[in-house]
Amino acid sequence: MSEKLILSVSPHIHSGESIRKAMREVFIALVPAMAAGVFFFGIKALILIVSLMAASIITEFIMLKILGKPVKGLDGSAGITGLLLALILPPIYPIWMGIIGIVIAIVIAKHLFGGLGYNIFNPALVARAALLASWPIATTTWIKPLQFLSKEWWGNIPSLDAITQATPLGITKLAALGQTTESLPSYFNMFIGNRGGSIGETCIIALLIGGIYLLWKKVITWHIPVCYIGTVFVLSALLGKDPLFHVLAGGLVIGAFFMATDYVTAPVTSKGKIIFGLSCGVLTVLIRLYGGFPEGVNYAILLMNIGTPLLDKYTQPRVYGKK
Amino acid sequence: MAKSFKGGIHPPYHKNLTKDKEIRTASEPKEVVLPLSQHTGTICTPLVVVGDTVKVGQKIGDSDKLISAPIHASISGKVKAIEPRLHPSGSKILSIVIESDGQNTVHESIAPFPPLEKLTREEIRKIVRNAGIVGMGGAAFPTHVKLSPPPEKKISHIIINGSECEPYLTCDHRLMLEEPEKIILGTKAIMKAAGAINGIIAIEDNKPDVIKIMQKLIKGTLNLKVIIVKTKYPQGGEKQLIKAILNKEVPSGGLPMDVGVVVNNVGTAAQIAKTLLTGMPLIDRIVTITGSGVKNPSNLRVKIGTSIDFALQECGGLQGETGKIMFGGPMMGLAQTSVDVPITKYNNGVIVLSRKEVTILRDDPCMRCGKCIEACPIGLMPNFLGDAGQTSNWKRAKELSVKDCIECGCCTYVCGSERLLVHYIKLAKNALQNKLEKRKTK
Repeated sequence: MSEKLILSVSPHIHSGESIRKAMREVFIALVPAMAAGVFFFGIKALILIVSLMAASIITEFIMLKILGKPVKGLDGSAGITGLLLALILPPIYPIWMGIIGIVIAIVIAKHLFGGLGYNIFNPALVARAALLASWPIATTTWIKPLQFLSKEWWGNIPSLDAITQATPLGITKLAALGQTTESLPSYFNMFIGNRGGSIGETCIIALLIGGIYLLWKKVITWHIPVCYIGTVFVLSALLGKDPLFHVLAGGLVIGAFFMATDYVTAPVTSKGKIIFGLSCGVLTVLIRLYGGFPEGVNYAILLMNIGTPLLDKYTQPRVYGKK
Repeated sequence: MAKSFKGGIHPPYHKNLTKDKEIRTASEPKEVVLPLSQHTGTICTPLVVVGDTVKVGQKIGDSDKLISAPIHASISGKVKAIEPRLHPSGSKILSIVIESDGQNTVHESIAPFPPLEKLTREEIRKIVRNAGIVGMGGAAFPTHVKLSPPPEKKISHIIINGSECEPYLTCDHRLMLEEPEKIILGTKAIMKAAGAINGIIAIEDNKPDVIKIMQKLIKGTLNLKVIIVKTKYPQGGEKQLIKAILNKEVPSGGLPMDVGVVVNNVGTAAQIAKTLLTGMPLIDRIVTITGSGVKNPSNLRVKIGTSIDFALQECGGLQGETGKIMFGGPMMGLAQTSVDVPITKYNNGVIVLSRKEVTILRDDPCMRCGKCIEACPIGLMPNFLGDAGQTSNWKRAKELSVKDCIECGCCTYVCGSERLLVHYIKLAKNALQNKLEKRKTK
């Protein structure tokens, strides 16, 4: 025998799962939401998405180089972070601000904590929270959907006032203070995404298709999205609000399927995931109804990210043969 | 409904390569290498010297320790050497090398035993011990020890393991199909020796042909049952079988006999029957020689001590670019450094993978997908165990019950970060074991 035999510890076969593959599936699952965002909010949304993804991959590459990590670590996760951040930003968001968000996400939230697998907080959500604190107006300036259908769009450059519109949750918050006369979009429009909001959060049907795809491909499990959305539905109903509205509005669906399920920052056990989802739901409703912000998904998930190590510790499965 | 356990995986089985191939007896090897350790426990001392003439079935190695099993000559001929030789475990172990005289003369002590009804429990145990019978499903634990529980441990159930959950392997499947009577006789002998009232033959539901035959054969035997278990890896693990069939759990650190159960492989049962009927000790076994790298994948009956090289030649030899050769199944088997290694009592398979099929894992950082936790049939958290092993944090590994790991490999198989989880777990287990032994000697 002249050839050398390969040696390794058992097992000698593998399922073929990999980080790259998981990231590819998440990307595929986000394509419908991306397409819907571009359809409703125009080409600027696409430019923002592409720029942030590129910026994210470049930042990741630089960080790996600086930290002396192998560039094989370029596994697609940075691209997903860029995509997710773009999807939770307003469609006409200044690109440079977005890039600052990316730097915060990749450098601070991810690599300063040790890189993929070690970060405590969801990088995209940290970036959005930081951007909201830094540029509160820009980060909450939403545009009307389907502008290309309106006359003003094709004439002169419209004024910002003419094209902006509050999000449904924003409208309820302002209406409660008597500061708006805008009316809420119909359930149907909210379901298909014909409303103001972040690029990727408005089209619920597209997000559901993506979410179901991830469930089908076993990239995620049902625990977090079902518990999260279910809790928001039940709790808002108990508190006398319109439960369907609260499920369709804001970033709940994108948050529940794509942010709260982030492997790195969510619990690893099924029980932990259930508690995580329930808690995210409670926090979201509390922030929405009693907090200063109209939307609470971002902070709810970030707050629960802190609890992840604890949930991992206290939801360990029972070991066979042990009481 | 087929019974099962929590966790586990469904790897591609590749059993079609050999499952319809009848067991074939290999031609006589010119030489056999018989390691003096082919079992869990104390290594044997040789009973022959270089130059001695030995006959088939003659005892050539034994030990006076309880947990051990004697070694017998599998061919007749001359003892050519007694020296350390490469063992499937990867190290060199003292072995007896016999050169065949081509006669296959059977040793004069070999004679059939009286029928089972006339044998006492003690006699059966002694026969099993003297025949060098060990767990033939891969565990290699001396069978007579399992059959001799201490008096305070009452055995209620004997489970005969016909699950064969490892991919590729079909030797148990073929044995059940071709020699079911032997398995049933062996089961009865085991039941008698262990003093158990209930005998269960557990078969995975991907072997309907065997289930049918077995059910037909045991019809009317009140204390024997065939139980169908779900096709899932590691269904054939004894802890998983006991949980699935009896809904009992072997206590952590304990043995099946602690819950009144003894689990034996179908191959072991058949060997016990063969020994009772002919008097012949364990000198040959069925091995599934398969994989895309083998020209003619087969279920081959080979003499113990035959080299893999010889066995592969019997199957048409290798084809394509050989990547990996392993002993046992692909989930728990051992990769081999050479084809110059003998087939021992517990080697149920020789699998040859082509270079293309061999996956080299990247061992990326854990992305915490939690799939290993879902897959672990023991309820461990392999992701954290992997971290503990990787950072030499033995204390943490102990807290995470590393010793309960059965090394089935499910965690590594499903790991999206392609981590070498079993490797890190083995490191931690070894380190803890060494520490324990050091403390004992102090």
